[in-house]
Amino acid sequence: MVATVEPTGLTMHELTARYRRGEIAPTEATEAYFARIAERDPQVAAYLTLTREQALAAARAADARYRAGAPRGPLDGVPIAYKDVLCTEGIVTTCGSKILERFVPPYDATVVARLGAAGAVMLGKTNMDEFAMGSSTEHSAFRPTRNPWDLERVPGGSSGGSAAAVGAELAAAALGTDTGGSVRQPAAFCGVVGLKPTYGRISRYGLIAFASSLDHIGPLTRDVRDCALLLHAIAGVDPHDSTSVDEPVPDYPAMLEGGVRGLTLGVPREYFGSGLDPEVEAAVRAAIARLADLGAAIEEVSLPNTDYGLAVYYIVAPAEASSNLARYDGVKYGLRAPGGKDLIDMESRTRAAGFGAEVKRRIMLGTYALSAGYYDAYYGRAQKVRTLVRRDFEAAFARVDLLVAPTTPTAAFKHGDKADPLAMYLNDVFTVGGDLAGLPAMSVRCGFTAAGLPIGLQLMARPFDEARLLRAAHAYEQSTDWLARRPTLA
Amino acid sequence: MSTTTYETVIGLEVHAQLATVSKMFCGCPTTFGAGPNTQTCPVCLGMPGTLPVINRRAIELAVRTALAFECRVNPSCRFARKHYYYPDMPKNFQISQYEEPLAEDGGLEIDLPGGASRRIGIQRLHLEEDVGKLVHEGTLETAHASLVDYNRSGMPLMETVSRPDLRSPEEAATYLRAFRAVLVHLGVCDGNMEEGSLRCDANVSLRPRGARELGTKVEIKNLNSFRNVQRALEFEVERQARVLDAGERIVQETRLWDADRGYTRPMRSKESAHDYRYFPEPDLVPLVLDPAFVAERRAELPELPRARRERFVDAYRLPAYDAAILTQSKALADYYEAAVRESGNTKAVSNWIMSELLREIGSDDERAITTCPVTPAHLGQLVKLIDDGTISGKIAKGVFEGMLRSGDAPGAIVAREGLTQVADTGALERVIDEVLAGNPKPLDDWKKGKTAAAQALFGLVMKATAGKANPAIVKRLLEAKLPKI
Repeated sequence: MVATVEPTGLTMHELTARYRRGEIAPTEATEAYFARIAERDPQVAAYLTLTREQALAAARAADARYRAGAPRGPLDGVPIAYKDVLCTEGIVTTCGSKILERFVPPYDATVVARLGAAGAVMLGKTNMDEFAMGSSTEHSAFRPTRNPWDLERVPGGSSGGSAAAVGAELAAAALGTDTGGSVRQPAAFCGVVGLKPTYGRISRYGLIAFASSLDHIGPLTRDVRDCALLLHAIAGVDPHDSTSVDEPVPDYPAMLEGGVRGLTLGVPREYFGSGLDPEVEAAVRAAIARLADLGAAIEEVSLPNTDYGLAVYYIVAPAEASSNLARYDGVKYGLRAPGGKDLIDMESRTRAAGFGAEVKRRIMLGTYALSAGYYDAYYGRAQKVRTLVRRDFEAAFARVDLLVAPTTPTAAFKHGDKADPLAMYLNDVFTVGGDLAGLPAMSVRCGFTAAGLPIGLQLMARPFDEARLLRAAHAYEQSTDWLARRPTLA
Repeated sequence: MSTTTYETVIGLEVHAQLATVSKMFCGCPTTFGAGPNTQTCPVCLGMPGTLPVINRRAIELAVRTALAFECRVNPSCRFARKHYYYPDMPKNFQISQYEEPLAEDGGLEIDLPGGASRRIGIQRLHLEEDVGKLVHEGTLETAHASLVDYNRSGMPLMETVSRPDLRSPEEAATYLRAFRAVLVHLGVCDGNMEEGSLRCDANVSLRPRGARELGTKVEIKNLNSFRNVQRALEFEVERQARVLDAGERIVQETRLWDADRGYTRPMRSKESAHDYRYFPEPDLVPLVLDPAFVAERRAELPELPRARRERFVDAYRLPAYDAAILTQSKALADYYEAAVRESGNTKAVSNWIMSELLREIGSDDERAITTCPVTPAHLGQLVKLIDDGTISGKIAKGVFEGMLRSGDAPGAIVAREGLTQVADTGALERVIDEVLAGNPKPLDDWKKGKTAAAQALFGLVMKATAGKANPAIVKRLLEAKLPKI
């Protein structure tokens, strides 16, 4: 009976339990994943790069450790995928952009190094909106990724490749990044678990910057336990990142049990206004009722500055992006457009050819917001409102332990449906707050639309309270059978 | 002549490379002269995904400097990004400080001609990273390609901006010298202008004498020696005076000093000035300097050049002139004190340094002083050999030349070359007798009352001993012997 279970259908913790029992070896699981990727990824397009050789070498080493009875830990031999925004030594890292199409980093991101040391097996690099700017993965310079629940629909973004890979069972788990919702929103669209931890909880070293003060790395997994395992392996201070925080890393996987009894959950009224799809609202309200059944106290709260979140986000993020992306000029690495008459011409041609429309739009927005004479009115003002948004959350968390809300206003939309950039930006309305305030927030599956699309429940917590966040999410997940449903593609 | 109707107003911006072992935001070494791009890493190459980490040592050195200039060290400061596109700057922004610098409101006392002094205000002191270096194939105008060396990229720089308190090109050069002396005394910068460890830009404007409002300022870049600071400013003051005399207006602009051709030329106008789009560096948290850290830096402050100069006058009874020269650099002042410890003769050591040593090396050439073949101990020993009568001052000059060539101790040279002064009165009396016997002419003159003849006889005795005779003994013996003849 055991042999009939496909390793690709297992969570990480189920897979490693079989490794430890000797029922399957990491190389077999890795081969199974590559076979499945070869079969299914042409439809999904989750991956940009596959690293088969490196993966098999790492898997063989893990095989040997399991045979010797000395695996490195709960991630040893687990096949995972990285969003192509994370630098991988010797492996092309495109950031979804033509300008970095051939860029090979000389170093590993801290999270990649930590997971490598934990024995994880990298299957490849996943697709994304260019420079993580987007909510659909349609802004990848290479190809759009498709939603495993409905190939006509987007997987969300910008970590659409990672979410689709996990949702379509093309990786046991993946890492994504979240600047305005880019882990949680695709997690919701693809029906997987996505966590954006506290700002500073995970090192950003090796994460190609979009908006430095908003960028977060986070896990995308099949269930909450896997999420806790992955977070535990990558969290913690890093001497290479001055904004990482020297705060002890709790044993998240060991703290999952205990339920929600005694916790007070806040329901922010501003997250249930117009624009929220009725099916999504119904699923989220049902999930809140379930949490109440499990013993949590429910209380309505207000985050009065929620409406300003998107406006603040679309000043701060482009401003920082205009600065972070200045380095792509054709001088040192990446694309250099031919035919430049002089230096300025070469740089202009390179940036014109290398960046897509959405990236250019944001560079222009950000450059304007930082210009002499406009700084105070835009960037300066936005930072002040950002403080107000943060205070909203502080006030709410003075009364409640966690916030519960929808992750997105709607389930996954169709390719091409949000051609208007502003319509696309509205997708982030419930997620930007967590980024602006730097709070831990996650999305878990809480039901399906009539059309069979997954719906995400968002939970948010106080800074560095990931353990409680995971505990509540785990309690909810265990009380439902949503995980039993698999995408039609599977 | 027209310059007399205007008052010159100058402020200096000095960039000093801090004497750290590693760069400002990464672990790369800071040694000068390594092969192109060998002292680089993903961080100082501005690779995607990299992040800066503040070099603690650079903060220590900057705080030390701020305290020496009596600045207010801000309890919290921030780094900011300064944007402009240039290929020597890998991120196309420079991490610097803008609205919240490390320290503000200090000053430096400089000497004015005639013995007076004046405090030149220091507006701010902040930290930033240096950029790389472009190497053109041929000249900039004709090059088909340019290469970039990023070894210097990320080197720690400390920028110190003076207030517009300087009133002449000469004062500006004086300020820069005094400024450099403080940095070198503090050990925060090697002060080497040729290697670019110390770089200077100037803001200069003229206003009618008596006017309170400042004139339109021009920034001059590329002033990379004391001499160039003065020359460039002299040129610029003349140029601005001519423009004003002609009834025209000064254009606010940045000009470049061309040292070879001896003039400043326009680099960019105010209209084409960069919009640097400063904003706080989000990859670094605000730098909070706790009072204990600042107190530790204060405790480690060494004696500063001005205090040392005063001490040299008080403790060593040196003339103010000597003290001023000897404290022009830390190396020279250290040299002097080491030599005095050896010999005990404070004035004689000062004389030797000023007349002989500084003939060979510059008073502010730290490296030449510390590597001089004549060590301070050896110079002290030389003075001691004169003082105890072993050699004469004249012989000592020859010995000094030998020390300079060989690096040997003076005692060794004296012994090797048999230069020990003849102080044996018996031997000297025999020589005097021979000289008197062999030179009747000056002896007769002396007898006729020509006292100057005694000097001639003294010279003949010294000559007969090849200069090795102790002149004081010869003089005493002659004075005793002549009246008896």
